[in-house]
Amino acid sequence: MLKKLLITTTAALALTAGNAFAEDIDIVFVGKNTGNPYFDSLTQGFVDACEVIACNFEFVAPATAEATSQIPFLEAQIQRGVDVIAISPNSPDALNQVFDSAREKGIIVLTVNGDITGNEEHRDATILPTDFTKVGADQIEMVGSLIGYEGEVAILSATTEAPDQNFWIEGMNETIANDPKYANMTLVATVYGDDQPEKSTTEMEALLANFPDLKGVIAPTTVGIAAAAQVVQSRGIADQVKVTGLGLPSEMRDFVKDGTVDGFQLWSPYNEGWLASHFAVGLKNGSMTNEVGATFEVPNLGTITINEGNSINTQSALTTFNADNIDDFDF
Amino acid sequence: MTDTTPTREMAPARPTWHVVLVRPETMTLLLIIIGLVGASILSPFFLDASYIMRSFTLTAEMSIVALVLTMVIISGEIDLSPAANMALSACVFAWVQDAGVALPLAVIVGLLAGLAMGALNAFMSIRMQLPSIIVTIGTLIFFRGLAQIIAGDRSIRVPESFVGINAVMVFGVPLPVVIFVLCAIVLGLVLGTTVIGRQIYQIGTNQQAALHAGINAKRIKVGLFLLLGVVSAAAGMMAASRLGSVRYDLVLGGELQMVLMAMLGGTYIFGGRGTILGTFLAAWLLVIVSTGMTVANLLPAIQLTVLGILLIVAIIATNFIYARTQR
Repeated sequence: MLKKLLITTTAALALTAGNAFAEDIDIVFVGKNTGNPYFDSLTQGFVDACEVIACNFEFVAPATAEATSQIPFLEAQIQRGVDVIAISPNSPDALNQVFDSAREKGIIVLTVNGDITGNEEHRDATILPTDFTKVGADQIEMVGSLIGYEGEVAILSATTEAPDQNFWIEGMNETIANDPKYANMTLVATVYGDDQPEKSTTEMEALLANFPDLKGVIAPTTVGIAAAAQVVQSRGIADQVKVTGLGLPSEMRDFVKDGTVDGFQLWSPYNEGWLASHFAVGLKNGSMTNEVGATFEVPNLGTITINEGNSINTQSALTTFNADNIDDFDF
Repeated sequence: MTDTTPTREMAPARPTWHVVLVRPETMTLLLIIIGLVGASILSPFFLDASYIMRSFTLTAEMSIVALVLTMVIISGEIDLSPAANMALSACVFAWVQDAGVALPLAVIVGLLAGLAMGALNAFMSIRMQLPSIIVTIGTLIFFRGLAQIIAGDRSIRVPESFVGINAVMVFGVPLPVVIFVLCAIVLGLVLGTTVIGRQIYQIGTNQQAALHAGINAKRIKVGLFLLLGVVSAAAGMMAASRLGSVRYDLVLGGELQMVLMAMLGGTYIFGGRGTILGTFLAAWLLVIVSTGMTVANLLPAIQLTVLGILLIVAIIATNFIYARTQR
């Protein structure tokens, strides 16, 4: 009730004050640590958005990604009186107290690219790259399109306990078992390279030795896909075995250029920054509401829905990188 | 006997103003003033007593430990394990508390864990006569390892009733700051006015001479290690209360910051010189400098560079001042 009142008042204010009000919105993004190309791309999304819509943006980050290293930076932003704090949290719980004091001051707290799972009540909303429930299906479609929806497929994952990867692999298994489109494809093995280049290489070579008819390999981890591509490249078997999965464009560029890898997927961190700034400004000027089920339009991304737990996904499906677009991404 | 060159006995006594002002603490105080002015110029949001005190609470635990560490360094020893002790004590505390032990009892268990860690350091450094720098590098790694075994790679929550020591205000001052000031006063009096305090300086200046003078150097040093262990444990639990959870990497690398505080305050790394006042001022100096740069949104790289320069300046100045005053 109070929230609604607040929102209508802000909306009224925004209407009367017009653009001058919007220009006052200060957004700061607190990164995990400095010198991380993934976050450079995310930050660029904020920067570009704030050139289009009226907001002031600043990026700060600690030198190391320890659980508590972001706290002084958060305290400083509270003291500066910013309007919105976006943060990729280094800890799921050590920041609760600081988040609370920021929100007491009326600052909107958005977690970006990672959430404080289990402590969601300490932030206003979270912006995550994509809907993780669809990653498995997307990856099966990707490998299917590369091998003509026929033949043996294997998975080269991270560690046996990696929660995200295991969730995606579960989705892959379900998709291949239930969707008639993939009836002619069989998942022959799931192996684990522990996100170490050497172990991933060994596991990939073992896959090739054990399954001579292997048509495709999905490596839903950046280390795994790079190692698998390396093996295929050095053996010169890119025509027989298609490697795909989740990778970083910066690491995969050479493999795509020389034809070792036709395509792979990931989300776009840039879009997270782009969406976060639009959402933040929208919340502040009253044109958007932070309620589950609410929708709003973001240029280039279309209609965005606020899901359960005030969670927002920047893209409904993964971005596919191939020879045509890989040069557009630099993370 | 009329025209000989003056010997040391004949050198004129230093004037009072010289004794009072030409000392490392003066330099620390000057740096604080420069820091305050500089930070105020850097950011209009800086000069706000409540913000500076709130920022101080983020390092108050380490600052408290640094006060005791100063005494250990003056006595001629060093301890690099207090930060790891903080983490392990806090993990032990959170772990037994999570297992169902009553909160007050869990605090006592945490303090005992810290005492045991202090005892281990004392046993190896004093009883076995091993160099304390090597011993405590070893225990620093050992304590972190144990903490990681206990807590794993996840955080242990502490109960809501225990959370928020930094939100408790005493006349508008956060409780951790009050505790720090009280500790500084008590330890400053002990070191500056008591017999034990004088003995600590004597041991650090010349242990052999101190032994011949009948000072029980071993007992005093063991006492200091034990005190440091307990205080570290208390500080670890204060950090747990502030953060609401405990991880094995709590105040990771904090030992360097503690030594830095002592050095910036004019404590001589080889013992015999230094004051609690110096460390007290240095703790504030570090907070003012780093807070000023953080609120101005300066990059961490610049912050590290400035802190490095600060330390070098402090060491050169301290040595220069000690050389001038001949102690």
